Amino acid sequence: MPLSTQSQGDAEQYVLVASLDNARNLSNILKAITFKDHAIFSATPNGLKVTVEDSKCLQANAFIQSEIFQEYTIKEDSVGFQVNLTVLLDCLNIFGGSTAPGVSTALRMCYKGYGYPLTLFLEEGGVVTVCKINTQEPEELVDFEFCSTNVTNKVILQSESLKEAFSELDMTSEVLQITMSPSQPYFRLSTFGNSGNAHYDYPKDSDMMELFKCTKTQTNRYKMSLLKPSTKALALSCKVSVRTDSRGFLSLQYLVRNDDGQICFVEYYCCPDEEVAED
Amino acid sequence: MDCVVTGGNVKVLAKAIHSLSRIGDELYVEPQEDGLALRSVNSSRSAYACFLFAPLFFSRYTIPIGLAFRCKMAIKSVQAVFRSIATLEKTVEKCHIELDEQKNLLTFTLHCKHGLVKTHNLSFQDSESLQAVFDKDSYSNVFRSHPRLLVDTVVHFPPSLEEVTVSVSDDRMWVKNHVEDETDRSKAMLTELCLASDEFDHFSVQVQNSVTFCLKELRGLLVFAESTGLPISMYFDEPGSPVVLSVTDSVLEGNFVLATLSDDSNLRKNNTKRACTPPPPPDDFMNDDMDSYLIAMDTSVMPGPSASRPPSPPLTNSTSLKQTAAANHRTRLPSEEEEEKEDEEEAVDSSGPPNKKFCSLFFGSVLPPSSEMTTQPLTGQEVLASDSEDDVL
Repeated sequence: MPLSTQSQGDAEQYVLVASLDNARNLSNILKAITFKDHAIFSATPNGLKVTVEDSKCLQANAFIQSEIFQEYTIKEDSVGFQVNLTVLLDCLNIFGGSTAPGVSTALRMCYKGYGYPLTLFLEEGGVVTVCKINTQEPEELVDFEFCSTNVTNKVILQSESLKEAFSELDMTSEVLQITMSPSQPYFRLSTFGNSGNAHYDYPKDSDMMELFKCTKTQTNRYKMSLLKPSTKALALSCKVSVRTDSRGFLSLQYLVRNDDGQICFVEYYCCPDEEVAED
Repeated sequence: MDCVVTGGNVKVLAKAIHSLSRIGDELYVEPQEDGLALRSVNSSRSAYACFLFAPLFFSRYTIPIGLAFRCKMAIKSVQAVFRSIATLEKTVEKCHIELDEQKNLLTFTLHCKHGLVKTHNLSFQDSESLQAVFDKDSYSNVFRSHPRLLVDTVVHFPPSLEEVTVSVSDDRMWVKNHVEDETDRSKAMLTELCLASDEFDHFSVQVQNSVTFCLKELRGLLVFAESTGLPISMYFDEPGSPVVLSVTDSVLEGNFVLATLSDDSNLRKNNTKRACTPPPPPDDFMNDDMDSYLIAMDTSVMPGPSASRPPSPPLTNSTSLKQTAAANHRTRLPSEEEEEKEDEEEAVDSSGPPNKKFCSLFFGSVLPPSSEMTTQPLTGQEVLASDSEDDVL
């Protein structure tokens, strides 16, 4: 394979080398979190985490475990850098992003370390393209301090039904209100728009509801503009878990299957818009 | 008010609302004894549409007792409830429409598969009655066909086309695009289709003439009819008189009333007709309250584009020319176009000023049919004032 033969010599220089036979397994999942220009890459021996943040109120993470890669070598415990995500996606799709079966772009992503650009070797049909994207000092990431012990309410839904609701959400509403409760209405999405309000209720015994664990009635509002990008992740996913903690912080975790059927995760953390009295 | 629509009827209701949205921005809702009426009218009052759903259309139909309830709301809000027709078909089991009079909210509750319940609480405004009075049976020309025929005809015209002219003879119907006068004839594309009477289920012509009306507003009905497969009936009289298109089945009736361009030569005919038209204006106008006169004027259906012209001698020469032109469908003489162009220009002007202004100038002339009104073609409604053009001068 052209890519591997080419850089055998300088493999020692790179602190991170990750290869994929199908670059779409990376680009598709990155599209689910592309709502800002730059992203922070954090690589550990477990895999790659790509983070995008918005105004310190929303954080999206995409996880691609090391097992997904055909080759994954990391020389340090943790490697981090920041790149322009839009540019990266453009490079990953440099061959036009054809979805014809059997045609895929192979990727070899290499990073020499602090100050060095991120090098991408992309190959399709015998043609090789080398892209070098400048990296920046990674910005401090917000720690939402969302831990499972603090979770008050959790539901896992099949994405299908949630996709329908999200596609119909009244965009004239500034907020999306999420109510989770051990009693009626169980799980409710509400909007308050120009023409009136709308509620989408999911009963706990719905066959779309895979898990329902609500301990306390909670109603929280989140800015619609912050949550809107999460619909991209929802569109790719087959299941989604919705969790809120005692502070009203929201965690949305999406289970995404890539082209080869492997599982990756995307998660969104969002802080609440205002305190709404809890019953 | 408490109504429930189940199964496939939810989709029919949604399609009706979508087709009404092609007419105007507001949906007028009026639960009546004979069914639920959903109406819409365009801003220039030149197009009106009404769908009446009989009580049998619903699995439950309860209307408020006592005072008639009427309201209007932004049609976009209602469309949002029934956003995706494809999804509706697959997932909605029933739709519940309830009125909360105290909070001024109309609630649409969609019960969907997998237990999902979508509730939309929409605010509304009280409104006066919106009703066009027309008598389809009195029209001289009546046609009925499968919607496919009209859809296939209309597909030949670009979506941007504003108006079409429909001309009929004893056994043929011609449909062609109406070209604006300003357009250079050599640069305009003229499309004309001819349909034979045997392509229709019913084809009855008593008066051979031509009518020109807005195609855009009609497309909404065509989409509805095609999806439900209901035959479309078309009724029209002479130019200036509105064209009525309707779809009917045992549980619903949809009527689209579109104004047509008036034809100067027929003005005198209109005058004589007026003399023997039935007198009393609809009850809305018989209120002593001046405000409700104004409101009634506001919501009464006024035909649009066919506005009157200031009588001007130079044009009288062309009236006779126009009559010959009417008989010879294909030839359009410059003078005729000029007249029609003026009609349209006036129409544009008269639709401009807000109805409020219109009312305040004319409420005095509302009641008795005055001579001014003879120039105004009707949808059949008596009480109309002449268009603003005359007085604004």
